[in-house]
Amino acid sequence: MNILHDERLDGELPDIDKADVLADLQQAAPGLTLLHREEDLRPFECDGLSAYRVLPMLVALPETLEQVETLMKRCRALGVPVVTRGAGTGLSGGALPLEKGVLLVMSRFNRILDVDPDARIARLQPGVRNLAISEAAAPYGLYYAPDPSSQIACSIGGNVAENAGGVHCLKYGLTVHNVMKVEVITIEGERMTLGSEALDAPGLDLLALFTGSEGMLGVVTEITVKLLPKPETAKVLMASFDDVEKAGRAVGDIIAAGIIPGGLEMMDKLAIRAAEDFVKAGYPVEAEAILLCELDGVEADVDDDCATVRSVLEKAGATGIQQARDDAERATFWAGRKNAFPAVGRMSPDYYCMDGTIPRRELPRVLKGIADFSEEYGLRVANVFHAGDGNMHPLILFDANRPGELEQAEELGGKILELCVEVGGSITGEHGVGREKINQMCAQFNPGELATFHAVKAAFDPDRLLNPGKNIPTLARCAEFGAMHVHNNELPHPELPRF
Amino acid sequence: MVETRPQSTDQDISEALAERVCRATAEGSPLRIAGGDTKAFYGRPVDGETLSTREHRGITYYDPVELIVSVRSGTPLAELEATLADNGQMLGCEPPHFGADATVGGMVATGLSGPRRPWAGSVRDFVLGTRVITHEGHQQRFGGEVMKNVAGYDLSRLMVGAQGTLGLVTEVSLKVLPRPGASHSLRLEMPLADAQARLAEWGRQPLPITAAAWHAGALHLRLEGGPSSVAATRERLGGDDLDAAFWTALREQTLDFFSRDDTRALWRLSLPHNTPSLALAGVEEADLLHDWAGTQRWLRSDLDADTLREACARAGGHATCLGTREGPGQADPFMPLEPVVAKYHRNLKAQLDPKGIFNPGRLYAEL
Repeated sequence: MNILHDERLDGELPDIDKADVLADLQQAAPGLTLLHREEDLRPFECDGLSAYRVLPMLVALPETLEQVETLMKRCRALGVPVVTRGAGTGLSGGALPLEKGVLLVMSRFNRILDVDPDARIARLQPGVRNLAISEAAAPYGLYYAPDPSSQIACSIGGNVAENAGGVHCLKYGLTVHNVMKVEVITIEGERMTLGSEALDAPGLDLLALFTGSEGMLGVVTEITVKLLPKPETAKVLMASFDDVEKAGRAVGDIIAAGIIPGGLEMMDKLAIRAAEDFVKAGYPVEAEAILLCELDGVEADVDDDCATVRSVLEKAGATGIQQARDDAERATFWAGRKNAFPAVGRMSPDYYCMDGTIPRRELPRVLKGIADFSEEYGLRVANVFHAGDGNMHPLILFDANRPGELEQAEELGGKILELCVEVGGSITGEHGVGREKINQMCAQFNPGELATFHAVKAAFDPDRLLNPGKNIPTLARCAEFGAMHVHNNELPHPELPRF
Repeated sequence: MVETRPQSTDQDISEALAERVCRATAEGSPLRIAGGDTKAFYGRPVDGETLSTREHRGITYYDPVELIVSVRSGTPLAELEATLADNGQMLGCEPPHFGADATVGGMVATGLSGPRRPWAGSVRDFVLGTRVITHEGHQQRFGGEVMKNVAGYDLSRLMVGAQGTLGLVTEVSLKVLPRPGASHSLRLEMPLADAQARLAEWGRQPLPITAAAWHAGALHLRLEGGPSSVAATRERLGGDDLDAAFWTALREQTLDFFSRDDTRALWRLSLPHNTPSLALAGVEEADLLHDWAGTQRWLRSDLDADTLREACARAGGHATCLGTREGPGQADPFMPLEPVVAKYHRNLKAQLDPKGIFNPGRLYAEL
């Protein structure tokens, strides 16, 4: 198990006495809630990647910006690492604590500060839940577009840290396309504003750089998001196929017809059965694959597009096409997809969710590769796929109580991600690298590119106190664990620092 | 992947570009990166030897079904747009050219977007990946030819609008969009206050608007989408038909408003949605052209920079001076940064370009 921070490979962490840090912080920030007893720390030992757990040295639960500033300044002075956490729903271990670090939990910053329907923006504290934004905007006919499956629980601060996606990304973009401005507190305890309520801001696009930076560059304390008018109507078509490849081709045919669906999702047989058993969404359990295609917009256009998509699906060889009759049925169709993860969870004691992206044309090859790996490792894999934007979520089923099976599942997952990179894709589309995919980063980026990432980090956090060991692997780690190519036992670019 | 009509001029000179960058770093001699030199006015003048990307050109990947194109930075923007149009697609950000020689690299470096921007997104919103030559002459790749990619820091989008100050962008992968099924432009005579009120109201409705500009007593709108919704909205809004060439002239700044005979400086005011008219001494309604539903306002004025910038900052926006749009650049076109933000700009520049060879001073004197 290489996921826990390994000081030999991931960089040394300071040996500082917990009682000293606690006393220092208590004195510097008298009103700050600090948890330090083991039973109080226990609930924070993991995020959504619950196979991995570490007790943090301390948990800080600030309520004011001044407390965050003081915390950062003192941690910097003491050389104590800070891991920032939102709702803790992340699936890549981005908020996995460090036993020698402070876990900064932003959940008390949970207020919606302002919804301005004329400017179509909402100003939020980072602990506001994703779904709560759309709920607050609903009375004005507006909503917040990115909708990760965890949207009832995940927070907007975490969404910014991970550049979260959802099922509507192809048409409406990721978090980076929907955030206008963030307020940040740096490791030095300074405040800065990135972005603007206008459509652009002077200088470099540091807002884009911070979005998805996994808490490595600063702490986001306020977020201004763009709100969109709710589409007049949304309709969903469900098509069944007797062959996964046919379903994959149908996706391309829909795009080729000049249509950008609001959502375009694919599930394979195992995922269909799991979802149907759990939610009773009315899915055709005999199908090898289904496509869910949501078309949204102005009523007249949506009707035209539904007719076009229906004919495309027929030509693509769909064995059945159903259009949701009303909003209730539409919600049911989606419920199966949105609950696919817990549904698969019922079929197996444990599952491991992958997040690779691929060019869509490579789908048949990648699905075949996954099936082969699945057979090789003797572990079942259910495939759930944001088909429109090429983001796959293979779910590897395993039983952690069986010795070695977690490691087998991890190895299988690693192979899937390496296959994604091989066909020109990425190891993560929306869940982030965190700690989970730290070794696969070595397959996606060469040492020079990783050195550039470290240079970016050094511009904002030269002492590497913000979330150390996450997101960007050290070159030493890549040399030891990654797929980095080593010639004649010599590391590439020996001149580069090996932090 | 479709055949992309390879041009006889297509070639990959990235090795030569990398060698040139290496030499510049070794000698500590700055480079002025240029494509078609059509947007030189947009920024500060750079004192350095010109490094042209124009021969590094060609589309390296285009698959209309994937909605992705990869293109070398010296490729003429017009050539890219023609290839996309052949396949019923377009660049969603509708970038201005400002001349026949405009390149893809110039679009990325300046990050300038056209009338569709508030509805479709800006240049950076469509960038999926880049290939960059670093100060050490290494060719590196960030992002890629996939829609979603959150591995590592988003250096691709950071390059957009950086004006070549962080590295030499040699190739970019872009998301492209299908051309709309129907398009209709119209002109509605109404005072500015009415236009502002109606745009605020329409902004909350799912209308197929993809451009909105007010000037000289009339609101100009472009409706795009499915034929049914465009027809229905056209019926609902009324007004006179408008030639779609208006939007090209607005984007390329060839409308009379932008006339070079007017010797006053041209300013770009970037403001939040629904910002009321700024009270600026001596500024008449005719001195302003409201694009982007009022979030991008063009101003002809000799007002001093501080007065203008303070007014914009109070409204939550900023102001950029384009001067006369002639010559190698302006003295201080961009609004000064807040001290903390400026500090991290300098830190980033020092990390990615320690010898200061990439377009030094192009954005700000100290970058």
